[in-house]
Amino acid sequence: MTDGETENSSGRDAAASLHVAAAPHVSSMALTTRRMMLDVLIGLVPVVLASLIIFRFYAAKQLAICIASCLAAELIFTAMRRRPASVGDFSAIVTGAILALSLPGTAPWFVGVVGSFAAIGIGKAVFGGLGQNIFNPAMVGRAFVMICFASMMGASAYVDPSSSVDVVTQATPMTAAKLAPGTAGPDWPLLLRLFLGNVNGSLGETSAIACIIGGLYLCLRRTASWEIPLGAILAATVIGGIGDLVNPAHSFTMLHHLAGGALLFGALFIATDPVTSPLTPRGKFIFGIGLGVLVMLIRLFSGYPEGVMFSVLLMNSVVPLINRATIPRPVGGPVPAKG
Amino acid sequence: MSTKTMQTAGPGTFARGVRPAELKHLAADVPIEIPSPPAEVLVPLLQHIGAPCEPTVEAKKQVSLGEMIGDSSAFVSAPVHASISGVVQPAAMTTLPNGRHVRAIPIKAGGEQLAGPALWEDLFGGQWPTDGLDRRDPAEIAQAVRSAGIVGMGGAGFPTHVKLRRNEKRPVDTLIVNGCECEPYLTSDYRLMLQAPAPIISGALLAAHAAGATRVLLAIEDNKPLAAEVLRRAAERSGVEVLVVKTKYPQGGERQLVPAVLGREVPTGGLPLDVGVVVLNVATVAAVARAVLRGKPLTHRIVTVTGGGIAQPKNLLVPMGVSYGQLISSCGGLREDAVRVIAGGPMMGFAVGDLDTAVTKGTSGVTVLTEGEVRRAAETACIRCGRCVDVCPLHLVPTKIALASRAGDWELAKRYYVEACCECGCCGYVCPAGIPLVQLIRAGKAKAASE
Repeated sequence: MTDGETENSSGRDAAASLHVAAAPHVSSMALTTRRMMLDVLIGLVPVVLASLIIFRFYAAKQLAICIASCLAAELIFTAMRRRPASVGDFSAIVTGAILALSLPGTAPWFVGVVGSFAAIGIGKAVFGGLGQNIFNPAMVGRAFVMICFASMMGASAYVDPSSSVDVVTQATPMTAAKLAPGTAGPDWPLLLRLFLGNVNGSLGETSAIACIIGGLYLCLRRTASWEIPLGAILAATVIGGIGDLVNPAHSFTMLHHLAGGALLFGALFIATDPVTSPLTPRGKFIFGIGLGVLVMLIRLFSGYPEGVMFSVLLMNSVVPLINRATIPRPVGGPVPAKG
Repeated sequence: MSTKTMQTAGPGTFARGVRPAELKHLAADVPIEIPSPPAEVLVPLLQHIGAPCEPTVEAKKQVSLGEMIGDSSAFVSAPVHASISGVVQPAAMTTLPNGRHVRAIPIKAGGEQLAGPALWEDLFGGQWPTDGLDRRDPAEIAQAVRSAGIVGMGGAGFPTHVKLRRNEKRPVDTLIVNGCECEPYLTSDYRLMLQAPAPIISGALLAAHAAGATRVLLAIEDNKPLAAEVLRRAAERSGVEVLVVKTKYPQGGERQLVPAVLGREVPTGGLPLDVGVVVLNVATVAAVARAVLRGKPLTHRIVTVTGGGIAQPKNLLVPMGVSYGQLISSCGGLREDAVRVIAGGPMMGFAVGDLDTAVTKGTSGVTVLTEGEVRRAAETACIRCGRCVDVCPLHLVPTKIALASRAGDWELAKRYYVEACCECGCCGYVCPAGIPLVQLIRAGKAKAASE
């Protein structure tokens, strides 16, 4: 188009291709749903690496089974619902990875497969797909196999005395602390092992340092809301601290509780699933505190050595209540009643 | 930081909001240009919020520049004037960018036209006193503002005389002159501040006196240091204080600007008037000065024609009623990849499908965007990431309101304060799922209002 053209023709010709849409007409494009899911996968890299180093083929096998099964389940269920294929949004890969990292490496292949189909099917698809589910899909899958295959998921199933991987021959530190607590004061060497991760446990939970590195990335990217892990860690610190005061001789201290088990993995990677956590910063903080309190109550007072999965599912169920109670006050105050 | 120098109660910014690419460089350094007068204008009889005007001239009547051609007896309304000299044509219908159909008066140019440097001189030239303005009768200032047909020129178009009329029950102590221009791309206010600072200062003093305000603050975002400097010089010894506020969208919104400058929250459903403040755009106060000191009506305005879809982005001084198509031709026409023409800026402006749309008193810019500029994520399900909550300057929960509106759950939308939304567009700008949040919320607001 040149300046030489007459006034109206320059406008009219182009007008045929003008389209109308609602404001805003620009978007940040800095972030898409797919990019957020990719961020979670990037954040999981240190955790996956740690699990591969510590559990070797156990971790590789479980990750491969769960991710492949989740993708297959996603394809099948979206096809059954006659919806466009949604495997491209990476959410099924995230679910598969989180599920695998929350399982014992010793669990047989069908545990991962059944867990994956339960996660995608019962955890997500029945609610209407991504964004509609109430409960964290990976935790639904894990809960499902925990009930179906109790003997393959219980504390004793983590141990395989004949394993070539050293840590798998020992009891998990959470079980050990539950069944045979030391009474000679804090076990500092154990704390270092919990921090690095060379202990038995679910594949992704053992290395505190890997969880912290990946979690920091997620929080800095704002893909995970820092309010949730902060609330959970604060609550666990307070309750664990009280426990230390009551029973100073116990070898498993508040610091062990923070670094051990799935608290960090759960608070940073599982509870921060945006779909199943509250919307507002205040709500997220409350959610995190609730999570930390439940985890510590289950660890200290129930028959289970660990309670992150139950705590996440329980807190998921009260998210609508938290949302309702934390509607923020608008700037300028609530809308005045007409009159 | 320059905001530290402020001597006001406000923090100089507001919580949340977004920082879209400013892209003001396209037209910021292009001096205001005056295109040759159009052969015809189409002056809408509704260019403001309030009652539409009735025509006060018959077809075939000869009118000269500045003659009143439409008026209304309603209080919240403002007359319209002939923006060129010529012959009135039979009244026609036109569509405003917001979709409203209104009557409009076409005028065919005839006789001698004020154009070029003479027009600039008439609008902004000469001396603009800052002394002795407070000896004028406040009611007369407001009356002159009404007669001149002045309405908010930042976009909303609220009749200015309504804001200036003193009211015992709601005393005003501060006038904030809004030079933020926070919409990306637009530079019309910026150019006016650089090229005609004197009428802005005079007009601000007059408006403040009319409203009873004892303090006049002129707020400019810190991305326009040159404008702040020019106005500071023009405001010397006048009593007008120039304040620099932080650049963030939507800093120029009343509900963000009043708290940022004065630390006073404008109540939801209320006006700045409720907290003793009047906010006027810089172009509006310049028009006030001209109306009061020279008795001239509002007939012309500066329009930024910009965006990636415009061959040569410019700031044009044009008569009301000139078509967008004519503005675009004055700027070298559309580029081939232009896909959207917006009345105003990209965050809150309305897309128009017809280049015959007429410039009105609130048209601060015409932004033409390309396919690349309007791209957005394909819509996917909300994953409740809360990004919209993080940016809403009014601290609402946009996703809840929007999805409640989509589901027709008006009760839920109201529980999340749908009526408080100012439609600034921050939520839609950031949404990773590409959900048309503002559109859905707007539908909810319309429904909430009708119940």
